[in-house]
Amino acid sequence: MSDQTADRALDLTLEQPPTLIEAAPARARFALVADALRLGRTRVGLGIVTVLVLIALVGPLVAPYSPTEFVGIPNSPPSSDAMFGTDALGRDVLSRFLHGGRTVLWLSAAATLLGIVVGVVVGLIAAYARNWLDDVLMRSNDVLLAFPQIIFVLLAVSAIGPKLWLIVLTVGLTHAPRVARVIRGAALEVVERDFVKSAEVVGEARWRIVFGEVLPNVTSPLLVEVGLRMTYSIGLVAGISFLGFGLQPPDADWGLMINENRLSLTVQPWSVVLPVIAIGFLTVGTNLVTDGLSRALAGIDRRADS
Amino acid sequence: MSAPVVEVSDLRVELEGSGVDIVDEIALQIHAGEVLGLVGESGSGKTTVGMALLGHVRRGGKVGGGAVAVDGRDVSALGDDELRRLRGGVVAYIPQDPGTALNPALRIGTQLAEVLEAHASSWSEEERRQRVREALAEVALPTDGVFLRRYPHQLSGGQQQRVAIAMAFANRPKVIVCDEPTTGLDVTTQARVLETVRDLCRSHQVAALYVTHDLAVVAELADRVAVMYAGRIVESGAREAIFSAPRHPYTRRLLRAVPDIAGKRTVVGIPGRAALPGSRPEGCFFHPRCPLADDESRSAFPPVTELGGGHMVRCFHHAEAVKHAEPEGAGQLGPRTVGEELVLTVRDLDAHYGASHALFRIDLDVHREECLALVGESGSGKTTLARSVSGLHSDYTGQVRLRDDPLPEAARRRSREARKEIQYIFQNPYASLNPRRTIGQTIGRQLQLFYPGARADTGRRVAECLERVALSSSAASRFPDQLSGGERQRVAIARALAAQPSVLICDEVTSALDVSVQAAIIELLGELRRDMGLSLLFITHDLALIRTIADRVAVMNKGRIVEQGSVDGILTAPSAEYTRELLANTPSIEVALGHAPPTAAST
Repeated sequence: MSDQTADRALDLTLEQPPTLIEAAPARARFALVADALRLGRTRVGLGIVTVLVLIALVGPLVAPYSPTEFVGIPNSPPSSDAMFGTDALGRDVLSRFLHGGRTVLWLSAAATLLGIVVGVVVGLIAAYARNWLDDVLMRSNDVLLAFPQIIFVLLAVSAIGPKLWLIVLTVGLTHAPRVARVIRGAALEVVERDFVKSAEVVGEARWRIVFGEVLPNVTSPLLVEVGLRMTYSIGLVAGISFLGFGLQPPDADWGLMINENRLSLTVQPWSVVLPVIAIGFLTVGTNLVTDGLSRALAGIDRRADS
Repeated sequence: MSAPVVEVSDLRVELEGSGVDIVDEIALQIHAGEVLGLVGESGSGKTTVGMALLGHVRRGGKVGGGAVAVDGRDVSALGDDELRRLRGGVVAYIPQDPGTALNPALRIGTQLAEVLEAHASSWSEEERRQRVREALAEVALPTDGVFLRRYPHQLSGGQQQRVAIAMAFANRPKVIVCDEPTTGLDVTTQARVLETVRDLCRSHQVAALYVTHDLAVVAELADRVAVMYAGRIVESGAREAIFSAPRHPYTRRLLRAVPDIAGKRTVVGIPGRAALPGSRPEGCFFHPRCPLADDESRSAFPPVTELGGGHMVRCFHHAEAVKHAEPEGAGQLGPRTVGEELVLTVRDLDAHYGASHALFRIDLDVHREECLALVGESGSGKTTLARSVSGLHSDYTGQVRLRDDPLPEAARRRSREARKEIQYIFQNPYASLNPRRTIGQTIGRQLQLFYPGARADTGRRVAECLERVALSSSAASRFPDQLSGGERQRVAIARALAAQPSVLICDEVTSALDVSVQAAIIELLGELRRDMGLSLLFITHDLALIRTIADRVAVMNKGRIVEQGSVDGILTAPSAEYTRELLANTPSIEVALGHAPPTAAST
């Protein structure tokens, strides 16, 4: 017994590395997404978005007719030839619907991406600079924020013309100041932390500190912002198409379809109802996902406090 | 003996839902006029027990069993209204941080009057005003109208804590729960606050539960001590018994980890880490870290053993523990051989923060392999000095020289060589590691920065760095939040060492850690310094620490160095009045028990 005790004592005086518990739970790198997916609203939202994205992507491949082909008498009701009838010019509503989703989606996605990238860069630089540069960037931001987004976009397309790249550019750029403000707010707290100082003291380059140290710590609000901007983008892009500044006839587009057929709404509602439902559900879907993400984000914060 | 005022029996507090126990089998008695020190490291459940006396359980927890009786009444049986009357009336609470406990929008006088109104509503206005003055006088605060009209932010931290104490004692409670009330205070303020609490408890025959992690404070203040580990009281007894003849291996190791200003010995850390609720081991919770663990303690939690004189211990091997030789620390005491070569020189340094002048004419020398401790209270400018030396704070005049080369002010303007040579370790390892990067990425980046080489090789080099700070190489794939505080601080040290510096600036590197972990880090720094020939600039507010690590000390006050000299010189024969005061106010277990003469200053 006493021998054993002595042995054990010896063990302890030897350098004992504080061994790490091997069974420590593997940290989910995308804890926010995992948490969000536990919420019903996120799943429903994701389901809706997936269905509509599939329609937009696969639709053109399965459409019974070409979107510009005349298949019957204008405004004919649903029949065996045209499941949802024909539009004001006698084209198949279903085919035009299946073809018309792509533009909305890619325009919105591109505009969102542009807005997020520009906004993140501006927001992070402003937060890290904390000097005159911060003031210049944020005050310019305030000026840009004073313009309603739709007015700004309409101004641009009416001056230059209905170009798709212009829509992406203007929608994206009007998102940027909004994104920048959120990201700057989130980053302000991060840039004060010691690991940023630690990178400064070893002479890490500024861009590496901003994008390597700070950016990964604002990914959660960033994700929420992506969802939010996507929702707004869809609304804006569809609105601009409806006003006739987007895709030009005779190409198929959901916003444009509403415009083209709105006068015959009472006669042949499907050609308006179908794209309206699609756009409506798309925004509701992205919004539900965003809401789930932001709720999960708040939930994470709460758990850290307790 | 009269009946105890506080009687806790077999208390269990558990998490709602999972039913995992936070604390269990807690039994305590406190008599009138007695101070019970409840000691434990973070996560041991000491605050949970303190809160239970107030009939409060933190959100997400619930009382799972047992009883808390205060002044003869079962707290858990009380309704909301009765609880409200109990709190502040019979049981009062002194919070850890008075800065957040006082309402910033109310004047001091109003807040004190409110407490009285709630519990002595029959009193007349005049009586109340009188009592407010009495309460303030008791804690040695001014009682004039000017002071009563102040807002909390106009008071110093010590004054705020006194106001909190005055509020607690205003209704003449029978029980006081103090939750680390001096943790955020400087030693001088702490000493006065402790004295006030002790005097008030004595004079009003109040039973006090003093919850703290600081054993030295308990040694000075408490009549009896209970030691908590992982949600259980593992040992309790009279102060002398616990400090002079501890029986539980944990208590014994804990005492070896506490640095003492009067004790000439090294500190020894406790290997392993404390078990958290939900992941506590079978049997005795301490067995994975215990040198005496055997099959018995691995299979069952030891029952309470009475040792007489109210000394209780929960260990199968408490008799052996006394005979068991305590390990000697890897640290080293006394002056070491120090190189002649000057590594770091600071000359005539004045630093500013905007318009305020933070440092005045600082001169410092750090030799090769020397550890210079920079001691001072909060606001003394010690961190500003460290940041100026490292180039984090660049608004200074004067000179910082690395060997013979004067350095530019800002780190960004310094040469890569200079940045490599001076490495900075931050106070809080929870903030100094990027939470989104694995340990391997963090250390690997440092290696790439100073020793660019094949990426394929990085993994092996990171493992070497981790090994140097006694971490297993599997840590490389972990994120900081998967490590304990001590492990994180080791990673921060490993990162600094990856640059192969010649000077390490340690800015309060142990103040966010538990004592047992602090001791291990101190040991590690001592070893590294010997093995790698490092010079250390060790910044601390804790004078007790310096004997275990430093060769020389510079004492700072209000932006100036008031005294500089060898550790022994400063500790035994301080020349500056300020140093004497600091020494006298630093709590010491040895002095409190009469094992060592009071430190130089109090004579």
